Amino acid sequence: MASTQIEDADPILGEGPPAGQEWNRRPLVRRVRDWLTAFLFTVPGLILFLAFVAVPILYAGYVSLFNWGGFGSPSDFVGVDNFTRLFQDPVFLGDLWRGLLLVALSLGLQLPFALAMAVLLNQKLRGRAVYRMLFFAPYVLSEVITGVLFSMIFAPDSGLADKVLGAVGLDGVGGLWFAGQSTVMATLFLIMTWKYFGFHMMLLLAGLQGIPPELTEAARIDGANAWQRFRNITLPLLGPTIRMSIFLSVIGAIQLFDLVWVVTQGGPDHHSETMAVTMFQFGFKRYQMGYASAISIVMFLISLVFALFYQRYVLRRDTEGALTNMRGTR
Amino acid sequence: MTTQTAPGITMTAREATRRRRLRSFPLYVTVWLIGVVMVTPLLYALISGFKSTDQLSGNSFGLPSPWVTKNYTSILGDSAFWRMLGSSTLIAVGTTVLTVGAAALAAFALARFAFRGREFLFTLFTAGLMFPFAVAILPLFVLLRTFGLLDNPWGVILPQAAFGLPMTIVILRNFFREIPGELEEAATLDGCSAFSFFWRILLPMARPALGTVSVLAVVTSWNNFLLPLLVFSEPTWWTIPVGVQQFQGQYSSDTARIFAYLVLSMAPALAFYAVAERQLIGGITMGATKG
Repeated sequence: MASTQIEDADPILGEGPPAGQEWNRRPLVRRVRDWLTAFLFTVPGLILFLAFVAVPILYAGYVSLFNWGGFGSPSDFVGVDNFTRLFQDPVFLGDLWRGLLLVALSLGLQLPFALAMAVLLNQKLRGRAVYRMLFFAPYVLSEVITGVLFSMIFAPDSGLADKVLGAVGLDGVGGLWFAGQSTVMATLFLIMTWKYFGFHMMLLLAGLQGIPPELTEAARIDGANAWQRFRNITLPLLGPTIRMSIFLSVIGAIQLFDLVWVVTQGGPDHHSETMAVTMFQFGFKRYQMGYASAISIVMFLISLVFALFYQRYVLRRDTEGALTNMRGTR
Repeated sequence: MTTQTAPGITMTAREATRRRRLRSFPLYVTVWLIGVVMVTPLLYALISGFKSTDQLSGNSFGLPSPWVTKNYTSILGDSAFWRMLGSSTLIAVGTTVLTVGAAALAAFALARFAFRGREFLFTLFTAGLMFPFAVAILPLFVLLRTFGLLDNPWGVILPQAAFGLPMTIVILRNFFREIPGELEEAATLDGCSAFSFFWRILLPMARPALGTVSVLAVVTSWNNFLLPLLVFSEPTWWTIPVGVQQFQGQYSSDTARIFAYLVLSMAPALAFYAVAERQLIGGITMGATKG
C-alpha cells in the first residue's frame, strides 16, 4: 500500500535537474532542511501516537509476564504462565469460539443482507434516499444507548418483542432472549445487525456507484439476465469493497465490548462473554492485571496476524483498484 | 446510427419500465418492512417516554392516554443531564481539534516531503488502524493513573486523539497528495515557507476533507464508552454513554423514564447526523476504501 507512492511524490518537490555547480550543494542542504521540516510537522502526531498507542501496547506485553494486582510496580515475574493459564481457561476458549461465531454470522448473514439492500437501494426506487438515511442512522447511536434500548425491548414477557410475538400467536419463539444461555448470542447478533448492516450497506453502495453502468448495460444487450449480470459483473467488481467490509466485521468482532457490557456483562454464566469483556472483568473487577494484559496481548496478536495476512494476501491486489474506484465516486 | 439505436433503446426502456412496475411491488414491500423494523425501536422509545411506567405495562402498543410529559421534563430540568451533555461536547470538541490538528500536520509532511523514514512513519501510523482500542485500555489506564489524568478530561481526550490519528492521517494524506505541486512551487517562489503554505493555502483548500475527518472524530468521541467509564469515577465529567448506563442502573424499575432518557440522549447524535450526513458517509466510505 505504501510502497507505490514514493515515485509520484518526487515530482512535487523536484524543480527539474538544477544546472551547474548548484547541483552539488543544493540537494544536501535541501534534503537536510526538508527532513527537519518534515520531522517537525510529524512531531505532535508522533508523540501522541507513541505515548498513547504504542507505549501502552508494549507495556501490556511487559505486564503480561507478571502476576500483578495493578498497584506498585510489577515484580512477581511468572514468564508465560498467564498465557498457558489463558489457553486452559474454558471462559477464554469460549470467548474465542464466540468471536468466531460472530464473525461467521456477520459474514454469512449480515453481509449478504447488507449487499442485497445495497443492490436494492442502488435501483431507481421511490424514497430510496430516505431508506438509505434510515438504515444507516443506527450507526451514529452509541452502542450503550442501543444496548439499553434493546435490553428493554427484549425484556422477557414485558418487552415489546415478546408482546408483539404474543399478539400474533408466536409466544416463546424468542425464548428468554438475553437471559437464556442458548439465545443470548443470537439476540446480540440481531442487535448488531440492526445497528451495523446500514454501515456495510453504505460501503457497498459506494462501491456499486463506482461500477460503470456501461458494463452491465453491455451485458444486458448481450442477453445476460439480472442474476448473470450480478454474478459475473457486479460481484467481482465489488470485490475490493466486500473484502474491506469483511475486514471491518472481523476487527469489530474482536473488540466487541460496549454492547455486551451494557446488556449482559457477559452473562448468563459467561454465555455472551467476549475477549474484551473477559479482559475487563479480570483487569478492573478482579485486579488481575497481568492475566488481563495477557488477554489484551492475545487480542493484539490476533488482530496483527489477521491484518497482516489480510493485507498481504487479500487486500494487496485491490488497493490500486479501490483507490481508483473511489476517485470515480467522489 | 441514431435511427438504428433509437428503436432499440425505446423498446428496452419500455420493457424495463413494465418489468420494473411488475417487479417493484415486492421490492417496495420488502424495503418498507425493513424500514419499519429499523424505525420501530426508536419510535417505541419516543412514545413510551410519554407514558407512565404503569401505563406502559398495560398498554404497550397504543398511543399514551393521557400523554405524560413528566418523564421528559424532569430530565430536562435536571442539571446532571445538561452537565453530561456539556462534558460530552467538550471532550468531543477537544478530541477533534487535537486529532485533526496533529493529523493534518503529519499528513502534510507525509504527503508532500520525500524524506528518509517517511514510509516507515506512514506504516507505523497505519498500523494503528488495525488495533482495537480495547487492546491498549489496561496499560492506558495505568499510564493515565501515573500521570494523574484520572477524573480529568485530558485523560479521555489525549488517548482518543491518539487512536483517531491513523484514520485521519490516511484520509488527509490522500487528499493533500491530490493538490497540484505547481501550487507549492509558485508559493515557494513567492517566498512562502512550508508552514505558511500549509496554513494559508493547503488547509483552506482541504476544507471538505477536514470537515469529513472532523465529523468522524466527533462521532467516535461522542460514542466512546470504555475509556470515559474507566477514567471518570466521579459524575462530574461523565459523558452521555456513561450517564445512560448509570441511569439505567439507578432507575431500572422505572421503564418509561429510561425510555425518555434514551430518547433525549440519542437526540443530539441524530440531529448531528441529520446535519452532517454527507460528511459522515463520505468519511466512512473514504476511510474504509483508503485504509
